[in-house]
Amino acid sequence: MARTITYREALNEALVQEMERDESVIVLGEDNAGGEGAPGDHDAWGGVLGVTKGLYDRFPGRVLDTPISESAFIGAAIGAATAGMRPVAELMFVDFMGVCFDQIYNQAAKFRYMFGGKAVTPVVIRTMYGAGLRAAAQHSQCLYPLFTHIPGLKVVLPATPYDAKGLMTQAIRDNDPVLFFEHKALYDLTGPVPEESYALPFGEANVVREGGDVTIVTMGRMVHTSLEAAEQLAAGGVQCEIVDLRTTSPLDEDTVLESVEGTGRLVVVDEANPRCSMATDISALVARKAFGSLRAPIEMVTAPHTPVPFSGALEDLYIPDAQRVVNAVKAVAEYAR
Amino acid sequence: MTDTIERRALTRDQLLNVYRMMRTIREFEERVHAEFATGEIPGFVHLYAGEEASAAGVCSNLDQRDTIASTHRGHGHCIAKGVDAGEMMAEIYGRRSGSCHGKGGSMHIADLSKGMLGANGIVGGGPPLICGTALAAKIKGTGGVSVAFFGDGGSNQGTTLESMNLACVWNLPAIFIAENNGYAESTASTWSVASDNIADRAAGFGMPGVIVDGFDFFAVHEAASEAIARARGGGGPTLIEMKFTRYFGHFEGDQQTYRGDEVARARAELDCLKRFADRVVQTGELAQADLDAVDADVAAMIDKAVDDAKAAPLPTRADLLTDVYVRY
Amino acid sequence: MTDDRIVPVTMPKWGLSMRLGKITDWVVAEGDEVQAGDDLADIETDKIAGTLESADAGTVRRIVARAGEDVPVSGTIALLAPPGVSDDDLDAAVAQARAVIDAGVPDEAAEPIVETAEIGGRKIRYAGAGQDGDVVLLIHGYGGDRNSWLFLQEPLAAGRRVYALDLPGHGTSTKDVGDGSVDLLADAVVGVLDAIGASGGAVHLVGHSLGGAVAAAVAARDPRRIRSLTLIAPAGFGAEINADYLRGFAEAQTRRELKPIVAELFADESLVTRQLVDDLLAYKRLDGVATALRALLGTLVGADGSTQRIDSAAAIAALGDVVPVTVIWGSADRVIPPAQAESVPGATRRLIDGAGHMPHMERAAQVQAAIEEAIARAR
Repeated sequence: MARTITYREALNEALVQEMERDESVIVLGEDNAGGEGAPGDHDAWGGVLGVTKGLYDRFPGRVLDTPISESAFIGAAIGAATAGMRPVAELMFVDFMGVCFDQIYNQAAKFRYMFGGKAVTPVVIRTMYGAGLRAAAQHSQCLYPLFTHIPGLKVVLPATPYDAKGLMTQAIRDNDPVLFFEHKALYDLTGPVPEESYALPFGEANVVREGGDVTIVTMGRMVHTSLEAAEQLAAGGVQCEIVDLRTTSPLDEDTVLESVEGTGRLVVVDEANPRCSMATDISALVARKAFGSLRAPIEMVTAPHTPVPFSGALEDLYIPDAQRVVNAVKAVAEYAR
Repeated sequence: MTDTIERRALTRDQLLNVYRMMRTIREFEERVHAEFATGEIPGFVHLYAGEEASAAGVCSNLDQRDTIASTHRGHGHCIAKGVDAGEMMAEIYGRRSGSCHGKGGSMHIADLSKGMLGANGIVGGGPPLICGTALAAKIKGTGGVSVAFFGDGGSNQGTTLESMNLACVWNLPAIFIAENNGYAESTASTWSVASDNIADRAAGFGMPGVIVDGFDFFAVHEAASEAIARARGGGGPTLIEMKFTRYFGHFEGDQQTYRGDEVARARAELDCLKRFADRVVQTGELAQADLDAVDADVAAMIDKAVDDAKAAPLPTRADLLTDVYVRY
Repeated sequence: MTDDRIVPVTMPKWGLSMRLGKITDWVVAEGDEVQAGDDLADIETDKIAGTLESADAGTVRRIVARAGEDVPVSGTIALLAPPGVSDDDLDAAVAQARAVIDAGVPDEAAEPIVETAEIGGRKIRYAGAGQDGDVVLLIHGYGGDRNSWLFLQEPLAAGRRVYALDLPGHGTSTKDVGDGSVDLLADAVVGVLDAIGASGGAVHLVGHSLGGAVAAAVAARDPRRIRSLTLIAPAGFGAEINADYLRGFAEAQTRRELKPIVAELFADESLVTRQLVDDLLAYKRLDGVATALRALLGTLVGADGSTQRIDSAAAIAALGDVVPVTVIWGSADRVIPPAQAESVPGATRRLIDGAGHMPHMERAAQVQAAIEEAIARAR
């Protein structure tokens, strides 16, 4: 039965169902239970924004709080994965990746290749990303392009509760290291989610809206911004097709190219900074492989090349909004040589 | 650190095995040193000659439940944990028949089936991984232990320090082996480690710290066996510091102008193989002829390994793209 | 309505949970003459797209709802009236109808009640419409679910209690199908009949495709319990079957793979909307479904990989004259050949022109009429 639950609840449900199904699944991270060693409640937080709440009591011994030692516990999760566990480790804010990046991109990502195919590292690293909470420069970034760049990693960004549960289920069952990006602003988003377990394949983009005039390729929270823009544009007679990548690595090139071959016009909407980003990656892909279909230059709607500002007045200018998407779509729709 | 340290009695077969282990490492490294000088071996190589007693003394206490992680100077740990020397040689030559099909090289030789989590090109890369394998062993109740080998240089890396704390916080079946060979690349450990000994740090983390003469197989074996028993029994981690020196440079090609004359002295007076041989022959546990037989055997095996490696085919274009993922 | 010659065209209820429909396109314009059965408008819900057929003959005097507008179920979308009716009366009727549309759907609009029965260790879900009268149980086919009947369940419920269930392996019922046999599926149907409390009263079974074979098997177990049996493109009445379709459905992993396969179900392939394919894909991705579909494939298709294994004719023979049988088939069925209708012994036959394997979706009004006829004939 599909009922309406939040993105946060969908993630929690995926964790519960997979932990019930497979006892090698363990959860670890800072405050993933909360209260370890303290006189008050155990499971006091269940994760800083509550995603792992309730797991500690339900799965004794399989939910571990950690000291603030990312390189040690992310590395431990990776090591445990090579030894037959399926750890789901939390890197609380992706902005903290700097202190543990080596374990992720030099160790986990490369074991299988460096060891001639003789290693399997089924680790999931969950992390929060994205701006909008006035959390400022060191707690608001979208760093998925950096991980997408690394061969050996898989990178996942669900936009809806249905996708969140299905992609988390797949991430846990997947035998490669997965970086699982959760946008902070989406945790309270509601949507229909089946009660039963299901896994969504990686490398399959979702066409969330069909339309013949302009293709919008986007991901994560920007899917909703794009949908908002598309409603406005439809009222003005421009029909957008919105492609939600769902996973940036592996990337569903075919769906992107098919869509642009149909519309001839592309706008990429990406909350990350513009240099060496998904926006440039998709733009290059389309320019190379669908050049003949393009009837207008490609437009990108991204954050500026700045850190994330604190003041709401500035942060709201930093994050791409529906109006900017509308403007970009109109520009490509109206383009004539 | 005197010659009167009491040692656990090893059987004749065990003594022959550990002698073979150390001799194999020594001959392997000496041979790679010679071959590297001809220019035929690609990339970077970091040799373990001189330090054999550490790898052998620790690993001879381990079994198939146990995991080790090593450093860029990993050949000795690989051999001691049972990785095939012929496949290792082929890997160092970048051949398809190598341990990692030519895709890892000297710094990334691994064999997870033997609990060898790899040599590691990143200083301090191993200890966090070992916390993970120890955690897995603890949760699964296998009784296995995990050993992190790192150098005096690696002992200063943040990852190593974090891992030691984490292992104590989680009470993991982990052992930290600081192989203090006196130099982190070109700088002396007496300078880069601010405390008198690396082992002094152990108390700061809440675990026992032990200092061992790294040239003395039996001293290492004793200390390791105690630490491993503590870990297996749920008593938590130990930090063991080996004091010794490396016979070759940081990397092959290192002119080593930063050193004094300690290598000549060590080879003559402190060498672990020489001391082992002297002891077992003196006590009558083994005959010189036994040791000579092992020497001859190992020499032949290394010769064959090099010949095979030189003749083996290289990986092909098709190999370039394989094994990035289990399934993409 | 001020003038009772004004006949409202209303937003239909397709499916128990439908609350809103969107008119995507008007087929007719003001001034057009229509006969009963003519297409009036293309309508989309969150579950399905379809075409509304006119229930009456008349002149389209006013279009009330615009294309692209969401209209609550039962809301008036157009008015038919003879030329004599005044513009003032029509305008007043339009204003009333607009008020309803503009008010939208109240949030507390009732959700259909889905029941669960525990049968043989499995949870079987079913939902009912209608207050009293004979019981009609609708049994879907391979890969379908109770929503396969969404164009029929409400309309049939006038004066009847109409139920649709999710067979094991389908919908929201338990996905484990054990040996996947017709018997096991029939057990589930019998269990639902018991749960409904339909032991004494009049029970009419309607089964589609594999569900037809199941319905026949259920009837054969206790012919006296079943008042009529209606089979829509049923399995088990011949050797030929489009095994490639069944295999393709079971094995398809992506939307790209599934879409052309699903298209084979329909005569009009434009009915295969993105939503339809997405919903099927979401179903196929549930844990246990792949295994279930493969087991059922083994029930439907023999070891040679191309011919039918089920023998439903035997079940029909066992009914004797006790249960009247009606068989309905789409003339353009590409999954099971319509000629097999001739092999249903003693049945009344209704061939639906221009419909594929899913006539209850493509020509719902005609199938509804045929079912009501079958029920009436049983008295």
